[in-house]
Amino acid sequence: MKLNQLTIKQAQEGLRNRKFSSVEITKACLEQIKKHDKKLNAFITITEREALESAGKADELVSQGETLQDKPLLGIPIALKDIFSTKGIRTTAASNVLKDYMPVYDATVVEKLKNAGAVIIGKTNCDAWAHGSSGENSDFGPTKNPWNTEYVPGGSSSGSAVSVASDMCIVATGTDTGGSIRHPASFCNVVGLKPTYGRVSRYGIVAMASSLDSIGHITKTVEDSAIILNTASGKDPKDATTLGFPIPDYTESLKKEIKGIKIGVPREYFIKGTDPQVSALVKKAILVLEKQGAKIVELPHTQFANPCYYIIQPSEVSSNLARYDGIRFGLGRENFGDEAKRRIMLGTYTLSAGYYEAYYKKAMQIRTLVKKDFESAFTKVEAIITPVSPTLPWKLGEKVDDPLKMYLSDIFTITANLAGIPGLAVPCGFAEGLPVGMQILGPQFSEELLFQIGYAYEQATEWHKQKPNL
Amino acid sequence: MKIDVSHVAKLANLTLGPKEKIKFEKQLSEILTYVEKLKEVDTKNVEITSQVTGLENATREDEVKSSLSQGEVLSGTKKKHNGFFKVKAILEE
Repeated sequence: MKLNQLTIKQAQEGLRNRKFSSVEITKACLEQIKKHDKKLNAFITITEREALESAGKADELVSQGETLQDKPLLGIPIALKDIFSTKGIRTTAASNVLKDYMPVYDATVVEKLKNAGAVIIGKTNCDAWAHGSSGENSDFGPTKNPWNTEYVPGGSSSGSAVSVASDMCIVATGTDTGGSIRHPASFCNVVGLKPTYGRVSRYGIVAMASSLDSIGHITKTVEDSAIILNTASGKDPKDATTLGFPIPDYTESLKKEIKGIKIGVPREYFIKGTDPQVSALVKKAILVLEKQGAKIVELPHTQFANPCYYIIQPSEVSSNLARYDGIRFGLGRENFGDEAKRRIMLGTYTLSAGYYEAYYKKAMQIRTLVKKDFESAFTKVEAIITPVSPTLPWKLGEKVDDPLKMYLSDIFTITANLAGIPGLAVPCGFAEGLPVGMQILGPQFSEELLFQIGYAYEQATEWHKQKPNL
Repeated sequence: MKIDVSHVAKLANLTLGPKEKIKFEKQLSEILTYVEKLKEVDTKNVEITSQVTGLENATREDEVKSSLSQGEVLSGTKKKHNGFFKVKAILEE
């Protein structure tokens, strides 16, 4: 196995046992980037010099006997979605508005990852401002799916999913406002976690829709996902929505028996319009976990969730993007791309005088109904499993001129954001040579349970071990 | 559902070209027609959800702490004057 193919867990063990150094892992990742990124376009900025420097420091600390407790991610190369502010490293949000923007502070999560010893290897491409489901809205060019470069990798955390899937890094961060972590993870055969709203600080991350934004990560295994959440989560005085709940050791729940855990399947997620190959693979995956099959549950407001989301989200986008005026930093508003303009105008309209009640308020009421659907379902089952996307990855360019069609690819993921619950996307098979993912949903703050179920599935299957032929 | 894109663009401080106006008017009208579906739902007496985990009154101690320096704050702008951001005149004599 090459060093860039390691999981976090394997890298941690190898580094401590001096089987290899952080500089060697970092070099292997950089080499992989150089070899394949011209074709895949997963990175906007590669921080080679800084990465090798901090890898060198990590190796010194290892030789001085630094422990896993103090620095759990010591020497592990990580890629950051380019909407995480990084002090002294350009942060573009994949938009021309910020193409020269150099933050003067780190996002809280970046600070935490650095304190844990992680090595920042670069900033990944994404849909500009995290607006999109395909990665094609980037002002830095689309990212390609490593399983077939004629296809989209999913979005908006496109570069993060691709960099992990093609072993250009060990782990990558992402953000999920309506599916932006789970969606590309499922299209690229990697694991994606959208934590509970408020579990991970949003401070220093370019805001999209503030009542929905969740900060998570993309990894090669479920275990790695738990390891990163241990570092990333917790209360942050700089983000008033973070909660002070105690943070468990998320890796401890992994090996618990899943026998007896009741899994539900929502009728509304296996509907006409979902690719039958996708439905079949997810149903097969559920049988691995529940021999008798899962219990059917009802989430009756699912059909209203997508239109509800496409009012709340653009409304909050228009407010958050109002700050970009080219005065204090960044360039002027004429640099916004089409998708940002669409969302700004849509949100400006739905919040404007006389329309607020009919649109934004109505949508916030329907959000309550969607949330209640889940609360009621979780009195009958402990977790719910659904497909991540209703379709397989599509060809580049196929949906770019039809924004409404693009928006419909989020129908199964946005519900978790509306309800504030966590979702874990896990690889569950292939159709037509392209990856398919399922998502495990649970009540707010049930990440331990999601990891437990995801890990049990991973142990029973080999999908996550499949690698694209680059 | 028809949307007056010129008016909305003005409110949002965006400048649109003539071709963009036609394109966005069509696309935004389609999206607004799609979200009309929400009218089917009876939301009488339903509370709104704006804070999804139910947090209320999250406050912090009001303590003086160090902040970014003037130089750091101004490092991102191309237009500054005597340690201030320089902007166009808002009020005219």
